[in-house]
Amino acid sequence: MTGHGPIAAENKPYGPYGPVPRKEDARFVRGQGTFVDDIRLPGMLHGAILRSPLAHARIVSVDASAALAHPKVEAVLTGADLAGRGLAWMPTLSGDVQAVLATDKVRFQGQEIAFVVAQDRYAARDALELIAVEYEPLPPVIDALTALDEDAPLVRDDLAGQTGNHIFDWTAGDRSAADAVFSAADVTVDCDMVYPRSHPAPLETCGVVAAFDAVTGRLTLWSTSQAPHAHRTLYSLITGLPEHKIRIVSPDLGGGFGNKVPVYPGYLCAIAAATITGRAVKWVEDRSENLMSTTFARDYHMHGEIAATADGRILGLRARVLADHGAFNATAQPAKFPAGFFHIFTGSYDLQAAYCEVTGVYTNKAPGGVAYSCSFRITEAVYLVERLVDMLAARLGIDPAELRMRNLLQPGQFPYTCPTGWQYDSGDYPRALAMALDIAGYDELRREQAERRAHGEYMGIGISFFTEAVGAGPRGHMDILGLGMADGAELRVHPTGKVVLGVSVQTQGQGHETTFAQIVAHELGLTPDDVEVVHGDTDRTPFGLGTYGSRSTPVSGAAAVMAARKVRDRARLVAAVMLELSPDDLEWLDGKWRVRGDPERGAGIAEIAMAAHSSLELPDGVEGHLDASVVYNPPNLTFPFGAYICVTDVDPATGEVKVRRFIAVDDCGVRINPMIVEGQVHRGLADGIGMALMQAIAFDENGNCLGGSFMDYLLPTALECPSPELGATVTPSPHHPIGAKGIGESATVGSPPAVVNSVIDALAPFGVEHADMPLTPANVWRAIQGRPVRPDLALS
Amino acid sequence: MKVTVTVNGREYVRDVEPRLLLIHLLRDELGLTGSHWGCDTSNCGACVVWLDETPVKSCTVLAVMADGRRVTTVEGLGSGDSLDPVQRGFAECHGLQCGFCTPGMMLTARWLLDHNPDPSAAEVREAISGQICRCTGYENIVKAVLWAAKNGGQG
Repeated sequence: MTGHGPIAAENKPYGPYGPVPRKEDARFVRGQGTFVDDIRLPGMLHGAILRSPLAHARIVSVDASAALAHPKVEAVLTGADLAGRGLAWMPTLSGDVQAVLATDKVRFQGQEIAFVVAQDRYAARDALELIAVEYEPLPPVIDALTALDEDAPLVRDDLAGQTGNHIFDWTAGDRSAADAVFSAADVTVDCDMVYPRSHPAPLETCGVVAAFDAVTGRLTLWSTSQAPHAHRTLYSLITGLPEHKIRIVSPDLGGGFGNKVPVYPGYLCAIAAATITGRAVKWVEDRSENLMSTTFARDYHMHGEIAATADGRILGLRARVLADHGAFNATAQPAKFPAGFFHIFTGSYDLQAAYCEVTGVYTNKAPGGVAYSCSFRITEAVYLVERLVDMLAARLGIDPAELRMRNLLQPGQFPYTCPTGWQYDSGDYPRALAMALDIAGYDELRREQAERRAHGEYMGIGISFFTEAVGAGPRGHMDILGLGMADGAELRVHPTGKVVLGVSVQTQGQGHETTFAQIVAHELGLTPDDVEVVHGDTDRTPFGLGTYGSRSTPVSGAAAVMAARKVRDRARLVAAVMLELSPDDLEWLDGKWRVRGDPERGAGIAEIAMAAHSSLELPDGVEGHLDASVVYNPPNLTFPFGAYICVTDVDPATGEVKVRRFIAVDDCGVRINPMIVEGQVHRGLADGIGMALMQAIAFDENGNCLGGSFMDYLLPTALECPSPELGATVTPSPHHPIGAKGIGESATVGSPPAVVNSVIDALAPFGVEHADMPLTPANVWRAIQGRPVRPDLALS
Repeated sequence: MKVTVTVNGREYVRDVEPRLLLIHLLRDELGLTGSHWGCDTSNCGACVVWLDETPVKSCTVLAVMADGRRVTTVEGLGSGDSLDPVQRGFAECHGLQCGFCTPGMMLTARWLLDHNPDPSAAEVREAISGQICRCTGYENIVKAVLWAAKNGGQG
C-alpha cells in the first residue's frame, strides 16, 4: 500500500492536488537556499555568548574589561548592562520571566551571562575567554522527583512569594467517576514511566542577524523563527520599539520541530548590540549551545493506570504526572493549558472515565518542555496510553492488536466527546488498524515470532494507535500571551490572473510554498505555478501565530481556502458584468464561472482579473480588483489518527535493537500533496526510532548536561531507519473547509510507543513488562538483567 | 597564512588565520554559502565537500590543509544550467525537505555513484551513514540516489 494510488482514488476530483514536485527544491538542490547564517550585511559584527559552566550559582562579579580591550571587540554586554536598559529579563511564552543575561544567579548549565560583539566570529569566541566571572556555587535541583522536597534548594528566588519549586497543578477529567470505575474494575494495571528529556535538534541551529536604523527607527531581524509575527509583537513589548517599526524575516529554516518557536536570549542580545553599536550584529549558536540551552522536549515523569473488565473491555484511565520545566517556565503552548494537550491521554478508546493531574516544577536545567513535534504534549499522552494498553494485553493474555480492535472508537460514535472534554471530529479507527495489520501480515509475523523464540531469537512486534488534536485553536480559549491562535491569508490577484498568497505560517521544510499554492490553485482553477506563496516576512504577510502543533494546513490552509473563495465571490460579480448576466445565472464549474445551462460560456480567474482592472464599468459596491484576505478562527481542532506497527529484532546478549520494519497507516483527512504528506511521516518514524532507542538529554548529579553534542546526543542515521511501509485512509475533517487535518507531527507522536512496545514484546520471555526510553543496548541489557534502566547511563 | 585553493574550478588566493576552518573559508571568505555548518563534531555532515576527489567534513578541515588542492561544493555540481542527475534525483524523489543537509548528502551521493554506478539501497545507506538528516528519515534520499543511478549515472 505504498505510493499514491489509493489516496488519489479517495480524493477525487483532484485538480492541482496530488504529488506535484516541490517549488522549493529548485533553490535547495543548487545550494541557493538562504538560511540565517547566509545573511551578510555591510559592516556586520558577530556576537557570541558566555555561558555558565555551573547549574546553580550566585554571580559575585562579572569583569569584562579584558575582553573589551581585545582589539577586535566592539562591545560586551553583561546582565548589568541590560538591566540598565530594562532588558535583563524577558517574558516567556508561559507567563513566566526568563533571564536574558544573568544578573543574580545562574540557574542551569549553559545559561547566558555575557554577550561579546566582535569583528569576526573567531574573535568573538576568543574574547569570551577573557571575561572573568566569580561564582558562589549553590546546590542544584536536578532530579524533578526531589524538586518539591522541603529542603530542596530554591531555584526561583527572583519571583516574589515563590517559596518552593512548584509551578502549577493542573487536572482534567472527573476524578470521582474515574475512581469509581477503577474500584469496580476486574483488572487494573499501573506503571511508572519516564518520557525522557530530549531535544528537537534541527540541523540548523538558532540564530539571528539584527540591524537597527537609528534614522528611521526601524529594526530588521533575519531570524530562525517558526512564529515571526508573534515574535514581532513580543519584541515590541520587551524593547518598547513600536511594532510597526519592527520587521522579522524568517528566511529558509533548516528544520525547526518546535525548537524555533520561543524567543531566546541571544536574539535580544543581538537586538541590544545592534542598537548600541549602530551596526548589524549576527549571532548564531553552536551545536552545544543549541542542545544545552534552547528549548528541550518532554521530561515527563508519569504514573499511569488502566482499568478493564476480565474479558478485555477498557473502562478507564488515570495518570499522575510530574513535569520538569527546567529553570524558567518557558513552554510554548496555549496559555490555558499548562500541561499542553496531555489530557488527550484518553487515546483512541471508548472509555467510561478518565482523570489526570499534572504538577509542574522548576529544576536547575535548561527551560522548555513543549517542542519536538509533540503536538503540545500529545507525544507523552499517546506513549502513556499505548504502553498501558500493551501491559494490559500482556496481563489479560489477549493479543495487543485484538485488545485494541475490541476497544477502538467506532465510526458511528463521531463526533465523540472524550472523558476529558475533547470533541474528536471524525474517524474510522478499526479500518486504519485493519489496514496496518494487513500490510504487516500480522498473523504471519506472530507465527514467525513463535518459531524464532523456539530457536532463542527475540523478535518483537509493537503496535500503537494514536489520536492527535492539532490545528490550535479556537481563539476563544487558545492563546499565547493573549494572542488568539488564529491565522491569516491574503490573496493578491494580479491583472493577468497570477496570484500571490501571503500566509502567517512559516515552513521549516514542510513544503508550504508548494502545498499552499496547490490549495489556492485548486480553488481558483489555476495551476500551482500561477500561485506564489510568500511567508516568513512580517512586512509582506498577514498576522498569525505561526507553524507548530501541526497547525499550518488546519489553520492557515483553511484561511487560504477561505480567501480564495472570497476571490471567487468577487470574480462572480465581475464575470456577471462581463457576460451581461445576473450573478445568480453563474455557477463555479471546472475552474470557471460558467453560465448555468450553457457551460461553454464563462470566464476564468485570469480573464476576470483583467476585466476587474480594466475600464469595464462596474456596479456600485463592486471594486475593481479580486484581492481578498481572511483571518481564520478554527471552530475546533482537527483529529488525525493512525495505526503503526514496528517489527524489531533484539539481541539479548548485547542489548542491540534492530528495527526491521515500520508500518504506518495515517489518516490526516484530505491529502493535498500525498508526496509531502508521506515525507512528513517518514521523518516522524525516524523520530520515533531515535526517541525510543537513542536520544536523551541526561544530567549528572551536579547538573552537567550529558547530551551536549552529537557525539553524546545520538540521532538516527540511514542505518537505523528501515524503509517505511505506508498506508493511508482518508476521513475528512467535517469542519475544515477542505477536510484536511494536518500531518506534521503525527508520526513523531505515534511512533515511539510502537518501537518500545516492540522491544518489550521481544523481551517478554525474560519477564520484562516495561523499560524506559532510551532503549540503548546498555539499557536493554539492564532490563533483561532486571536492573533499573538509567537515562544517564544509557550510553555506557 | 596564504592559501591557494581551487574551488569549483576557480582559483582563490586568501590570507587566512591558520586556525580558520575550511567551512568558514568557503562560507565567510568566498561567499559560497551552499555548504552548511551543523555540529562542530563531524557527526552531521552538513558541511561535506570534496577535497580533491574525496568527500570531507569541512568543519574539521583547516583551510590551510586545502592549500594547493581542489575543493568541490554544491555550487560546483552540474554544469551551467544543467543539473547533475543527483540534484535532479533529489527533486524528483522528494529527497529533501528543509534543504540544510542536502548539499552534503548530494556530494556524498555523487562520490558514491562515481565509484559504484549501480549501488544497492543498502550501499546507499552505508555511504550516507556518516551524515544526518532530520527531515526525511532517509528513505527518499536513498530513492533519490537510486533514481540518479538509473537516470544519468555519471554527472
